[in-house]
Amino acid sequence: MADDKAREPAHQEPYEDIPGTWVFDAQRARQGYPLNEFLYSLMKAENRAAFLENEPEYTLRFKMTPQQRAAVLERQWNRLLELGAVSYALAKLAFTDGKTYQWMAARMTGMTEQEYVDMMTKGGRSPDGWRSRSERPQAQRTGVTSTAGGTPPAKGPERD
Amino acid sequence: MARIIAGMGTSHTPAIGVAVDTGKMDQPYWRPLFAGYEPARRWMAQTKPDVVIMVYNDHVNAFDFKVIPTFAIGCAEEFAIADEGWGARPVPPVKGYPEFAAHLVQSLVLDEFDITIVNEMQVDHGFTVPMSLAFGSPAEWPVRAIPLAVNVIQYPAPTGHRCYMLGKAIRAAVESWHEDLKVVIFGTGGMSHQIQGPRAGLVNSEFDIAFLDDLSRDPERLARIPPLEYLRDAGAEAIELVMWLVMRGALGERVKEITRFYRVPASSTAVGTIVLESQS
Repeated sequence: MADDKAREPAHQEPYEDIPGTWVFDAQRARQGYPLNEFLYSLMKAENRAAFLENEPEYTLRFKMTPQQRAAVLERQWNRLLELGAVSYALAKLAFTDGKTYQWMAARMTGMTEQEYVDMMTKGGRSPDGWRSRSERPQAQRTGVTSTAGGTPPAKGPERD
Repeated sequence: MARIIAGMGTSHTPAIGVAVDTGKMDQPYWRPLFAGYEPARRWMAQTKPDVVIMVYNDHVNAFDFKVIPTFAIGCAEEFAIADEGWGARPVPPVKGYPEFAAHLVQSLVLDEFDITIVNEMQVDHGFTVPMSLAFGSPAEWPVRAIPLAVNVIQYPAPTGHRCYMLGKAIRAAVESWHEDLKVVIFGTGGMSHQIQGPRAGLVNSEFDIAFLDDLSRDPERLARIPPLEYLRDAGAEAIELVMWLVMRGALGERVKEITRFYRVPASSTAVGTIVLESQS
């Protein structure tokens, strides 16, 4: 069973300091394996139907941790990335809900979809202020608490 | 002998495929993008390649996480279109070229690139969106195609330098095939983009334009860009650009730029395309 423990500081990789980003590396892939197998199963129409019919029961087919299962049921998109989901697999959950990549990306930033589309139409989010946590000193792991540089989110990323 | 006559770099944003499939190409959001691809599409129609080698990545469709090949070549007769979670794209299945693909694998492995052989696989938007952009919406694709799937999903992807060297080995492999074939190689994905987490929507146009410029001017510089620089400066998913370096490596030393186009955005992505003819 995958574990949900935070990483040992000694094992931090250089890309860990990129704010607002969970790089899908070997450790995260190991942790997320059953979660991603669940997401992969949603490629089949009959599985999508079975999941929507009874979500808690369907998720029990996979050896996810309680934290991963809860994050699925509550559609906590960023938490799912943190617990090892890869974004392309996670999109299949959004598709199952009748949503798009763009909608899912907007949810992760805490913007409405229209706010997100407006940001992209104006040229996207500038990397300035988003390259590292040293550029965003007050940022948490997710980088959303700071409004310095880039485009600030309208609200917290997980409040559906 | 077979020859690689040109390469095409292009983004493979899934929303572009959706726009094609749902008749949105004339909407104001999409019209400039499809107009921008018109010269590349016209060049392709005039050039009429016999075979394309499509360097692309699978997005958790052909491969789940049971097996993750770094480089895989599809050797099947035909490749079906994957249902990625909202139904398969209504485009024709892809006709492969098993004999030529088998030759490429054999040559590449002896050249010390340890390629995974795939005899059955489906292809997703990473493959079909570039096909739509280059060839439009025909009833059947006008070329045979060999998929070369690169892992860029689980970190680390192969380095840009490794991809560049693979391209050079592909050129040698193609030139050692007996048939007279015009081959165009595609490098797909990118350009700058991030579609995950609170940093989603990141775009770095300066990085992208320099990348397009140096495909002709200084590909060696591009081959030295470390993985961390892609992630940090151009977005977590911009690492896909290493696949353009396979394409560039396969074109030989000198290239002539035929057309390019760059636009922000398509969904969450900075979109770029370039056609480069081999002059070597």
